[in-house]
Amino acid sequence: MRLSLGQREALWAYVFLAIPLAFFLYFRIFPTFQALGLSLYEWHADPGARKFVGLEHYERLLEDPLFRRALTNTFLYTLLGVPSQLFLGLAIALLLQRVKVARDFFRAVYFAPYVTPAVAVAWVWSWMLSPHFGLVNEILTLVGLPPQPFLQSPTQALPTVTWVVVWQNLGFQVVLFLAGLESIPRQYYEAARIDGGEGWRLFRHITWPLLNPVLVFSVVIATIGYLQLFTQVVNLNFTDQGGPLNSTLTLALYIYQLAFLRFQLGYAAAVTVVLFALIFLITLVQLRVFTRKVEL
Amino acid sequence: MLQKRFLLVLSSLLGLSFAQTVTITYWQYEFKSKVEAVDELIRRFEAQNPGIRVVQQTFPYDAYQQKVAAAIPAGQGPDVVNLYYGWAPTWVKAGYLVPLPEEWSARVDREFVSMVQAVKIGEKVYGVPTAVRSLALFYNKDLFRQAGLSGPPRSWDEFLAAAKKLTVKQGGRFTQIGYGIAPDGQDHHLVREILVRQFGGRPYSEDGRKVLYLSEPGLKAFTFYTDWVRKHEIGVPNFFPGNNGYRDGFMAGRIGMIIDGSFAIGTIQQGARFSWGVAELPVERAGGRKANFGSFWMHGLTPLATGPKREAALKFLAFLTSEETQRYWLEKVGELPASKALIRDPKLSLDPIYGPFILSLGYAKATPFVDETAQRKVMVDAINRVILQGMDPAQSLRMAAEEEQKILDRFWR
Amino acid sequence: MRAQRRLGDLLALLLLGLGSGVMVLPFLWMILTSLKPFPELFTLRFLPQEPTLENYRQVLWGTGFPRWFLNSLLVATVTTASVLFFDSLAGYTLARLRFPGRNVFFVLILSTLMVPTEMLVIPWYVMSAEKGWINTYFGLLFPGLMSAFGIFLMRQFFETLPQDLFDAARIDGLSEFGVFWRVGLPLVRPALAALGIFTFLGNWNAFLWPLIVVQTPQMRTLPVGIALFSGEAGTAWNLIMAASSLAILPVLVVFFFFQRQIIEGVVLTGLKG
Repeated sequence: MRLSLGQREALWAYVFLAIPLAFFLYFRIFPTFQALGLSLYEWHADPGARKFVGLEHYERLLEDPLFRRALTNTFLYTLLGVPSQLFLGLAIALLLQRVKVARDFFRAVYFAPYVTPAVAVAWVWSWMLSPHFGLVNEILTLVGLPPQPFLQSPTQALPTVTWVVVWQNLGFQVVLFLAGLESIPRQYYEAARIDGGEGWRLFRHITWPLLNPVLVFSVVIATIGYLQLFTQVVNLNFTDQGGPLNSTLTLALYIYQLAFLRFQLGYAAAVTVVLFALIFLITLVQLRVFTRKVEL
Repeated sequence: MLQKRFLLVLSSLLGLSFAQTVTITYWQYEFKSKVEAVDELIRRFEAQNPGIRVVQQTFPYDAYQQKVAAAIPAGQGPDVVNLYYGWAPTWVKAGYLVPLPEEWSARVDREFVSMVQAVKIGEKVYGVPTAVRSLALFYNKDLFRQAGLSGPPRSWDEFLAAAKKLTVKQGGRFTQIGYGIAPDGQDHHLVREILVRQFGGRPYSEDGRKVLYLSEPGLKAFTFYTDWVRKHEIGVPNFFPGNNGYRDGFMAGRIGMIIDGSFAIGTIQQGARFSWGVAELPVERAGGRKANFGSFWMHGLTPLATGPKREAALKFLAFLTSEETQRYWLEKVGELPASKALIRDPKLSLDPIYGPFILSLGYAKATPFVDETAQRKVMVDAINRVILQGMDPAQSLRMAAEEEQKILDRFWR
Repeated sequence: MRAQRRLGDLLALLLLGLGSGVMVLPFLWMILTSLKPFPELFTLRFLPQEPTLENYRQVLWGTGFPRWFLNSLLVATVTTASVLFFDSLAGYTLARLRFPGRNVFFVLILSTLMVPTEMLVIPWYVMSAEKGWINTYFGLLFPGLMSAFGIFLMRQFFETLPQDLFDAARIDGLSEFGVFWRVGLPLVRPALAALGIFTFLGNWNAFLWPLIVVQTPQMRTLPVGIALFSGEAGTAWNLIMAASSLAILPVLVVFFFFQRQIIEGVVLTGLKG
């Protein structure tokens, strides 16, 4: 039997994908269904004693103020965090690409927040933002502004946490954009320069379109990250997680509390189903809206 | 069939002659002196009980419940498990703990301080502690001397007067505070279990199923506490940032007084570079009612302890909670014994540091939590609504009572 | 024109210099705190008054740190190697080969990023209990062997390459795998390097699953070990900072190693601009 070129290509594709697909099915997708299936049961340590409760947990979601609060907060984090991270990340990456002195030094410096462990980051930032002894308030006072409560204020805590997350993610974002920028073959720029292209026009006609795949990736991954925000929220207010007054509570943190501190895994699974559905829809929309076919 | 019976007889004969070894697993969170103490106790226990082997496994404190939550459903986890008493109802409901035999109930009544009654959930006993803790007032003697104060306050009036003298404000910002306000530290206990009772109220009904703090004394107590921030300005929450910032601030010598548990003694001894003292909690007025919040970590039995393992686990449990072990535990770990008889020891109650805690054990009560995480949050939020958002205390307390009643109802329905 | 460019470069340098303070201060703070004795933690002074290496001594010799370090190194190295190979192969396939179900497979793989790990640890633990993976190295590293994150990343980078290159390679008689290995991979070196950094760091810092799957002190990884410095009665920040500072060293080595690959950039040969 002779295969056509197209069939041959498809066959190779399946061969190449076989191991990864098997891995994801077995270690990710199958356990996911198991976990999500729990949402229909009352949790019990003994699998045989789990009572089927149907959609009861989903009904409970509808009238759970903490869930509603966590949902709103999660959206706010995403709306604030994703654009800030992408904008600052791109700006810094472009600057880093431009400087010629101490390149290694600057790259390491901008990567530093990303490697600093989350607990250390939380400790240092909560000191810097302290209303009483914090460096940030010292500076505000110096320029004649009133000191701010930041993490201790139910209205300021969420944007403050977002800032710390953006700050920490910048290292990641910068490395990613640098990889994207460096992947653009230099020939394109050289050719464009010969045609008289400079500065903004080079960016507009070469960098931006060729960076599109990396941008799409960044938007999707950053969105998924903020929608699952957890670690920094916990560490920045360790003894009142999600506080003050639930102002920093996220869905992922709420799931964690329900599952592991309150042993209500069934209900936690129901919240997870909602979170999953949200992320899934948003991701599909983003892939559709932001992906541009690159024409060369 | 015959063959099977033959094998059964053979194996039981073998069992008799070789005295099969039963291995049980014990879990607790990792804390150096506790791990070492349990290692030593296991050595002693195994010497007394040939045929039982105990394996200790330990995990980080902050992630302890996660580990348990995942392990027991998979059938790979502890037979005897150490847990905070407030988690017990949640664990029982989710099938992570099994009741002890009936005779343990009488033992709890006979031997243990009264707060240990909290191990009974719906008539059954789910564990017993080796050690217990209570709260007391830590005060900075150096700062007291500088402020011209002679000794620790006995009543809340004296407390407020002292705290005001210890508070220093410069240019609108505090540089030193009189009391380490910490709603999410020990202060939610202070309000619910101590102030409410001292002002003549009761936080919960006898069976723990009804919230009662929404009452005249309850509101008085709640308002009294929130006024420390709003009216008297003797402190602010999160004066020092980070978890347990109130304790850090005290160790830094910038907070005059804190209310903390006996579990904090070791840390403060290690961190404070000034002379400090401990006193029993102040009371509403001289001769007024004393109250304290007691709590403990208990040892419970999981559903994994079946058959011969259950027998072995019960033996180990009895050993871990014996008076002899409690005495060793006090010496080695520095935690207060849970036994009524042991706390009567005058050597303990006269100790300048342990004394005030020991004296409080006699009357300390453990809050009957059913969902500790959620209930703790209710009281922390009630306080924060007043001190951070300026809500009327009556309204905030009413919201808290409603929320908490819902949690209780959900559990007991 | 030229002067304008010089001015731009200078401005870039100035901006980066200003920003670097904010970036590096917490990092510095961590190092400085790691040199302070415990009672000095709360003195509100930035610089240590009595700097000491005692914290490092205690971490290195008084805890299981060396073992945690080796365990983490093993897990992070194996997962990074596996991810680099399988993720780039899968990403290449999804980007450059045409076959029925391509988008479905892509979305299916991507969907595995959308469930928080916290909900997966219980099924994973049950699975590990059945297969005997609890408290083993395989148990520690299996969730990290491949990542949807990396497949997505590589797919995006492979997508930007011109098709002519691949067609030419096929005409030259390279096998399908050869096209991927010899032509595709060298052209996405920066992406591969970035993926290497992210994967190593992600597995180096992984906390939840290692915590759940490990039972004995010998199998602990660094983040699980470092969590032990925080307890009921407070946190030994001096020890945490010392351990964290030591823990960062291999990450920096990995960063500099891969970062070279990013800087060098990509030059397409034999391609008309």
